[in-house]
Amino acid sequence: MSVLLALTAAVLFGLGTWLLLQRRLTRIVVGLGLIGHGTNILLLTSGGGGGLPPVIGTGDEQAFADPLPQALALTAIVITFGVTAFLLAMAYRSWQLTHDDVVADDLEDRLIERRRGQDDVDDIEASDLEAASDSSDDDEDEHDDGDDEHDDDGGELEANRDRETAGEQEGERS
Amino acid sequence: MNSALVPLPIVIPLFAAALTVMFGRFRRVQQVISIAALLSVVAVSVALLFEADEHAVVKMDAGGWAAPLGITYVVDRLAGIMLVTSSLMLLVVKIYAIGQKGVADRHVGFAPIYLVLAAGVSASFITGDMFNLFVSFEMMLAASYVLLTLGGRQDQVRAGMTYVVISLVFSAMFITALALLYAATGTINMADLAERMPELSGGVRSGFSLLLILVFGIKAGLFPLFFWLPDSYPTAPGPVTAIFAGLLTKVGVYAIIRTQTLLFPPESQQGTALLIIGGLTMVFGVLGALAQDDLKRLLSFHIIGQIGYMIFGLGLFTVAGITAVVFYISQTIIVKTNLFLVAGLVDRHAGSSRISRVGGLVRSAPIIAVFFAVPALSLAGLPPSPGFAGKFSLIDAGVSAEQWLIVAVALVVSLLTLFSVTKVWSGAFWGDPESAPALDEGRTHGGPPLMVFATSITVGLSIAYVVFAGPIFELAERAGSDLMDPSVYVDAVLGGGGQ
Repeated sequence: MSVLLALTAAVLFGLGTWLLLQRRLTRIVVGLGLIGHGTNILLLTSGGGGGLPPVIGTGDEQAFADPLPQALALTAIVITFGVTAFLLAMAYRSWQLTHDDVVADDLEDRLIERRRGQDDVDDIEASDLEAASDSSDDDEDEHDDGDDEHDDDGGELEANRDRETAGEQEGERS
Repeated sequence: MNSALVPLPIVIPLFAAALTVMFGRFRRVQQVISIAALLSVVAVSVALLFEADEHAVVKMDAGGWAAPLGITYVVDRLAGIMLVTSSLMLLVVKIYAIGQKGVADRHVGFAPIYLVLAAGVSASFITGDMFNLFVSFEMMLAASYVLLTLGGRQDQVRAGMTYVVISLVFSAMFITALALLYAATGTINMADLAERMPELSGGVRSGFSLLLILVFGIKAGLFPLFFWLPDSYPTAPGPVTAIFAGLLTKVGVYAIIRTQTLLFPPESQQGTALLIIGGLTMVFGVLGALAQDDLKRLLSFHIIGQIGYMIFGLGLFTVAGITAVVFYISQTIIVKTNLFLVAGLVDRHAGSSRISRVGGLVRSAPIIAVFFAVPALSLAGLPPSPGFAGKFSLIDAGVSAEQWLIVAVALVVSLLTLFSVTKVWSGAFWGDPESAPALDEGRTHGGPPLMVFATSITVGLSIAYVVFAGPIFELAERAGSDLMDPSVYVDAVLGGGGQ
C-alpha cells in the first residue's frame, strides 16, 4: 500500500516539476498545486499505516492512526491554498496589465548582455532592446514593448511620484 | 528556565497588526500603533537577550504542554542576538517608510503586513520545533509576497512571480524534508531530534543534513540557488527592499546554523560541503556585483557575497568559526539595511539609482555620501568598521582551522568587494554634480527628515558596534560555545519540567 502511495507522490512531484518549468503562470500554478499534493501524501505516509481514528477512549491506543502528520498536512494544505490564491491574483493582475500571464525575462539581464558588446557605459534606451531580445516566447513580442518601458521607468516612476507628493507637501506648508 | 517574555516578540506585532487593520482609515493612528509595537518588541528582545545570557537558555512551553509533545519556544544567546538586531532594523525601516511618503503612506495594508512580517521573523528565531519553523517561515514569506508587490506595477508583478514561485518550491521542499524527518525519527521537536538523530544510520543522517542545507539554502541565497534574489529584491519599494535584504536571507542562514549545529552529531555536519558552497557563493556574489550598473541590484549581489562569508564560517565547525559567524551576522544585518536605505535616498535625490547616471553626490548631498561611506567600509572590510572586525575574526578562525584555500578565496573576494565599493563611490559620489540630473539644486540635507533620521540610526548602530565590539564579541563567544555543545540546549528544553 505504501509503495503505491510513494509512487503516487513521485508521479505528482514529477508532473508538478515539469509544469513548473513552463512559461505561463497558470500552468506554473497547477504545477505547484501538484507538488503540494505530493508533499501532503508524503506527510500522510510518514505517520505509518492507517488505523483507528485517534480519539482517546474509543479503543486500543496502539491501533490508532498517528494524529500528528494529519495535523501537519492540514496546516500545509491551508498555507499552500492561501499562497496559491495570491499567485492566481497576481496572474490576473498580469493579465490586466499585459493581456498575458507569461513570466517575463529580466530587463537588467538583457541590458548587461547588450553592454558586453560596447566599450564604454552609455545610457541605453530600453526600447532598443526589443529588437535584440531573443530569449522570450514567440507570442511575447507585442507585450515586450510594454514590459521594457515599464521595467526601466518603474523605479524612476515611483521616485517621481514620491517627489511630486513631497513637493505638494512642501507647497502646502509654505 | 521559563520566562513569560518569550512569546511576546510574536504576540505584540500580531496584536498590533490586528489593531492597525481596525484603524485602517486613520494613517496616523496606524503609524503610531506600529512604532509603539516595534519599540516594545525591541525592549522585550533586549530583556530576553539579557535573560538568555544569564541562564544560557530561556524557554516557554506553549499551552503548558511539555516538550517534546508540545511546541516549545526557546531563546538562547544566538536567538537573542538575532531578535535584538532584527527588531531594531524593523523599527528603523518602519520610521524610514513613514518618512518616505510613498506606498508606505498611501496603502492601507502596509502597516498590518509589515507587522505580520515582524511577527514571522521573530517567530522563526524563537521557535524550538521544526514544523513551527515552517509555519513561521510561511508567515514571514506570505507577508513578503504582499510587500514585494504592493503597488501592482508591471515590474513588481514580474519580480513577484519569480519570487513567489521560488518560495513555494522552497515551502514544498521544506515540507518534504519534514515529512522524511518525521518518518525517520518520529518527532519534529528540535531538541528531541538532536537526541534521536544518532540512532539513524550515517548515510540517512548525511542525507538529511544535505537536504536541510538545500532547503534553507534556497532562502538564504547559497550557490547555486541564489539566482532569484537579484531578480526580485530591487523592484520592491525602497524600505521593503531594505528590510528584505537585512532580514530574510539571514533567517535562512540562522536556520542552517541551528539545524547543522543542534540536530546533527559532528560526523554528520557537512563541513567540507559548506566550505565549498560558501566559497562559490562569495565568488559569484562579488563577480555579479561587479557587473551591475543599478545600485540596488549591485547591493543585492553583495548580499549573496556576505552570505558566502557566513557559510564559510559555519563550515569550519569550530568554536572560533561559529563565534565569528554570530558576530558577523549581526553586523551584516545592520550594514546591509543601512546600504539599502542609502540607496533609497540616492534614488530619491538624484532621480535614478544607476551609477552611470548619477554623480557628484558628495557635493550635492554630502550627508548621503557620509551615510554610504560608513557601511561601505564595513562591506569592504576596512578598519575601523564592524565589517573589518567580523571578517578578521572569520579569517582568524579559518587560519586556526588550517583551511588555507577558503581563506585565500575570502581574501580575494574581499579585495574584489573593495573594488566594487570604490566603483560605486567614484561613479555615484565623486565627480561633477552637473553631470547628474539633479532635480533640487542647493538641497544638501539629503532627503525628508525622517528618512535621514532613520538612516542615521543605522549608521550610529554601526559605529556603536565598533565601540562595543569587545563585549559583543565576548557575547558571541558564549553563544558560539553553546552552539557547538548542543547538550546545553537539549537539557534545558527536555530536561527539567518546571525549572
